[in-house]
Amino acid sequence: MIERTKSILLLALVLCGVLSLFVTNISPYYYDIIIGVGINIILAASLNLVNGYTGQFSLGHAGFMAVGAYFSSWLTLSFGYLLGLGALGTTTAYVVALIAGGLLAALTGLAVGIPSLRLRGDYLAIVTLGFNEIIKGVIQNAEPLGAQRGLGGMAQHTNFFWTYAFAAVTVYVVLSLVHSTYGSGFLAVRDDEIAAEAMGINTTKYKVLAFVIGAFFAGVAGGLYAHFKQFVHPEGFNFLRSFDIVVMVILGGMGSTAGVCFAAVLLTILPEWLRAVAGSPWLPEWLRPIAENRMILYSLLLIILMLTRPQGLFGEVNLKRKKT
Amino acid sequence: MTGTLLQLETVTMQFGGLRCLTDFSFSVGESELVGLIGPNGAGKTTVFNLITGVYQPTAGQIAFAGKSVIGQRPYRITARGIARTFQNVRLFSSLSVFDNVRTACNMHLRHGISHALVRADGFAREEKEIESSITELLEIFGLAAEREHSCRSLPYGDQRRLEIVRALATRPKLLLLDEPAAGMNPTEKIELMKLIRFTKEKFGLAVLLVEHDMRVVMGICERIAVLDYGKKIAEGTPDEIRRDAKVIAAYLGKETDA
Repeated sequence: MIERTKSILLLALVLCGVLSLFVTNISPYYYDIIIGVGINIILAASLNLVNGYTGQFSLGHAGFMAVGAYFSSWLTLSFGYLLGLGALGTTTAYVVALIAGGLLAALTGLAVGIPSLRLRGDYLAIVTLGFNEIIKGVIQNAEPLGAQRGLGGMAQHTNFFWTYAFAAVTVYVVLSLVHSTYGSGFLAVRDDEIAAEAMGINTTKYKVLAFVIGAFFAGVAGGLYAHFKQFVHPEGFNFLRSFDIVVMVILGGMGSTAGVCFAAVLLTILPEWLRAVAGSPWLPEWLRPIAENRMILYSLLLIILMLTRPQGLFGEVNLKRKKT
Repeated sequence: MTGTLLQLETVTMQFGGLRCLTDFSFSVGESELVGLIGPNGAGKTTVFNLITGVYQPTAGQIAFAGKSVIGQRPYRITARGIARTFQNVRLFSSLSVFDNVRTACNMHLRHGISHALVRADGFAREEKEIESSITELLEIFGLAAEREHSCRSLPYGDQRRLEIVRALATRPKLLLLDEPAAGMNPTEKIELMKLIRFTKEKFGLAVLLVEHDMRVVMGICERIAVLDYGKKIAEGTPDEIRRDAKVIAAYLGKETDA
């Protein structure tokens, strides 16, 4: 594992490149779902570093996503033309804007993380939730960012390759961190902070680090989203969006990267699949009203899953309260 | 005693109106094995928490290797060479035996986060070094066969031993053991005493032992301090302590005139 991770990343990137050649002729509906899956993988895998591996319950991931989405959009809208030297120039501008969006989100993560990571559990969840609303509130009132009207007009730069390349990088970063002696600090903080400190681990550093890295990738995901939909609105980054990501992490299994990626795929496709089922002609007439209420069905599935597998689909860490 | 490693001077600890340690002065010399005993609630674990920075003393001085530890975060104190175990075992419950020890190697890493991400040649080399040093420790303590097991699956005695291994992996100069014999049967206790003495010799450590069990303390400690209601009531060799009237009174109660 340790020796081969880098080659696996390279392989994944090449695979993204090859596959992107085959998805050009796909219907826009399916393409939308495929890109949505990729973005959700980035969001879920990065939140898993915070919530799953480091055990800090953050409910503000959509806030960081918003920072990345708006900042990168603002960059490409304002300065994109400077690099308008054909496809190569705009692509460079786009990728730089994505990373800049991620960096600003990471900086925001640092600013939020340092004061609020003194809190634990429920309290941290509330603070991060509040922060999410603050970001949203600021954007809603920021005239240069379109305020309540939303921000649009970005070119559609996001494609299959960039989405899944960043997804691969996210998974690589999270996995190579937690599978190293350096990253064992994250796991120690999750399991027992007092014991972690006694083992010479700077728990504050690890908590802030997880927060910052998580925020960075959330910001990148936001940039990808903005340059795919070509329009962003503050309401798209409310706490419900944060909740969606948390649900992916919990359902997939806190602290299992394979699990949360699987959950990201499942939870993005499931509502659309239920929509398809509800509309299919071979569905018996009496089942149709049930299928049409697909969001109820979706919620029901989540409840059943949590009751039968509280540790998540792939997870080993139980959600039960830890001793402090 | 070659030199003083740990020095506590008139340390007082007060939680609100509750004073659980009063003017406690005490020292541990280099490669000395010292016991700290006392009845329940005498303040023994508080002493540990003060030394390791979990609590800050209300008054008094604590110095390690000549420099104060007051105001330092626990991880800094560990980095300076004090490692501890806990009264109620505090292993990282979701990690394997091996990974539990690995967390303690974290502070000795020569490289930072970029190293773990880029994974250049040096990374694999350093991880190999860490792995072999952990394997060596686990072998010494007879836990090598369980290295991939979840630490929760270990029997209680092994969990306590694993805690000692984990503390040793931080490469301390002073090892604080908080009731290492708690919950062990007599055979295990004798084993443990041998193990502590062996560890001390092998790694050239000073050991401070908090213990309830008189036999363990008397058996291995070179010097013993006795706490009662937060005050030191006696200090001396095991023989002296055994005969001390105050100690006997604290443990067995005083004879009354009636």
